[in-house]
Amino acid sequence: MTPAGRASRAGSVRPAPQAALLAGGLLLLAVVAVLSTGVGARPVPPAEVVRALVDFQGTDDHVIVRNVRAPRALLAVAVGAALAVAGALIQTLARNPLAEPGILGVTAGAGFAVTVGSALGLAAGQAGQLGFAIAGSVCAALLVAAIGRTSPLRLVLAGVALTAVLSGVALGMRLMLPDVFDVYRFWSVGSLAAREQAPLALPLAAIGACLLGALLLSRSLDALTLGESVAHTLGAGVTRVRTATLVLITVLTGAATAVAGPILFIGLVVPHLVRRAAAGSALWLLLHAMVLGPVLLLLADIGSRVLLPTGEVPVAIVTAFLGGPVLIRSVRRHGEGSL
Amino acid sequence: MNILGLHAERRTVALAAVLAATGLGLALLGLCHGASWSSPGRVFAALTGAERSVVITEWRLPRVTAGLVFGAALGLAGAIFQNLTRNPMGSPDVIGLDAGAYTGALVALTVLSGTSAQLAAGSVLGGLATAAAIYLLSFDRGFSGLRLVVIGIAVNAMVTAVNSWIVLRAELEVAIAAVGWSAGSLNGIGWPDLRIPFAVIAVLTALIASRAHAMHQAALGDAVAAATGVRLDRLRLLMVLAGVGCTATVTAVAGPIAFIALAAPQIGRRLTGAAGVPLLPAALTGAVLLQGADLLARMLLAPVALPVGVVSTAIGGCYLIWLLAKEVRRT
Repeated sequence: MTPAGRASRAGSVRPAPQAALLAGGLLLLAVVAVLSTGVGARPVPPAEVVRALVDFQGTDDHVIVRNVRAPRALLAVAVGAALAVAGALIQTLARNPLAEPGILGVTAGAGFAVTVGSALGLAAGQAGQLGFAIAGSVCAALLVAAIGRTSPLRLVLAGVALTAVLSGVALGMRLMLPDVFDVYRFWSVGSLAAREQAPLALPLAAIGACLLGALLLSRSLDALTLGESVAHTLGAGVTRVRTATLVLITVLTGAATAVAGPILFIGLVVPHLVRRAAAGSALWLLLHAMVLGPVLLLLADIGSRVLLPTGEVPVAIVTAFLGGPVLIRSVRRHGEGSL
Repeated sequence: MNILGLHAERRTVALAAVLAATGLGLALLGLCHGASWSSPGRVFAALTGAERSVVITEWRLPRVTAGLVFGAALGLAGAIFQNLTRNPMGSPDVIGLDAGAYTGALVALTVLSGTSAQLAAGSVLGGLATAAAIYLLSFDRGFSGLRLVVIGIAVNAMVTAVNSWIVLRAELEVAIAAVGWSAGSLNGIGWPDLRIPFAVIAVLTALIASRAHAMHQAALGDAVAAATGVRLDRLRLLMVLAGVGCTATVTAVAGPIAFIALAAPQIGRRLTGAAGVPLLPAALTGAVLLQGADLLARMLLAPVALPVGVVSTAIGGCYLIWLLAKEVRRT
């Protein structure tokens, strides 16, 4: 769809069906969240899950739900929303259907910085890790944006190249200093397992603030999709909006990567799925992405607990497997015009 | 016959000469370098048969030749797919053909006994199955390069996930072997491993060269190609098979060496300044990249040899970033 066509539709977005859709999404999210707190090595029935949350009795089931699975589900919700919104923002900004924090190297930058930081003993604690992750994603984003400035394809190429370099260097370092960089194994595949025990207040607060910031920016983003000259006439400061969006993308990606490691694909697939529903309005695009991202990641997390008889598959593997068919179906149904 | 691309210019010929010389120079270095340094004079004596040196002719020579030939094959495969999809992201390693070939090899390793014949057959079958899946999924009332790339990226992610899952499920020894091989490596390659792959690559290269002109016509657009009498569907199928053959053959012997197929054609294209993605510069650049990467992989942590895939991604990536940045400064 052309930007102009998108804009004319954007004016005609009827809030009622959009709100109904969003409510449906939220309901689905609640159901999936309760399911995910019940599934695992020790199944807990949904009714018991709800009881554990509202009327805590201190039974084993309740303790598992309260102390392990509920925090893990919360983490999945935050990370899923962060990645989906980062993807939606980056696709809007770059006007590129293939743009995704993972493909553009932002995730790799964050993961690499955390690896180096922890190996050097500098990234101690949540704040340190978060700082390193965000610094890494900022550097990666700036580098790739500077290289890909005018051409969408060059942008993607630069991102893929940067990801390749960083993963090569990280693997090389691991081979040279195995004991120092062994920590990277933990980071190389995104996972939600055993990460719910870490103090999550800071990254979750950062993600929450950025999600709010993204919603506040949505009107300016709508103006930006009409092209720079139109945006100027509408009084949106193009450079300011771009910078703000870039900050949001890097903090969201950095925070998500800092707590869960690199998880690709959520940011690519979710905006894809909700774009038609949002009918060209950035606000609804972001809202729908915020609901659908967590749903996908929670489903993937449930899958990661039941796929292997002996233990857990890292969630990033499941996301890729679930996200693939979704993306294929979307491209087949709507052609790449829907991209 | 025009295999240089649309405009065979003097610059392309000169560049081809420079790339070929660079590749041969790196190959000579590779023959000299090892646990003990051999002088170039000794290397030539061993090559011409004037004196016997098992180390040079039986250990280093196969590896160096493999570096050049496999690099060229990967560069060619990349150029073919990038031409067909008219998109630099449409390279075999991005759309999952490497990963598919690796899946076939993993199945051969974990389910069967993992002989080299099984590995080769598994890789080729895996690569072909992946290509067929992508082709069928992206063929929908006509052919579109971008659609193929997006579907390829999706398939790549899925196949890579399957690979990780197979490795996680496997016995520890098999898993360690598989992971060591997953980055792509030329360690321990000897002549017996190379006879069949070289023959296959030679046949495929001849086939590709004979159809190169038609392919570049097709890259100009479907209407142009049809007007000049190119039968598009047959040509595409043939080229896809040839490209998959190159990728899978290399993967069967050396594992999935990522990034050369993506970077070499793009680097070659920017060096020649050609329109489209010319095949010869892509092949020569691929040979130089892989040979250079393998040399570095052997030198960096000697006596431990790194997997060449690690080095090739790092070097190729840096170089590609630099080229892209230079392009920005020019525009």
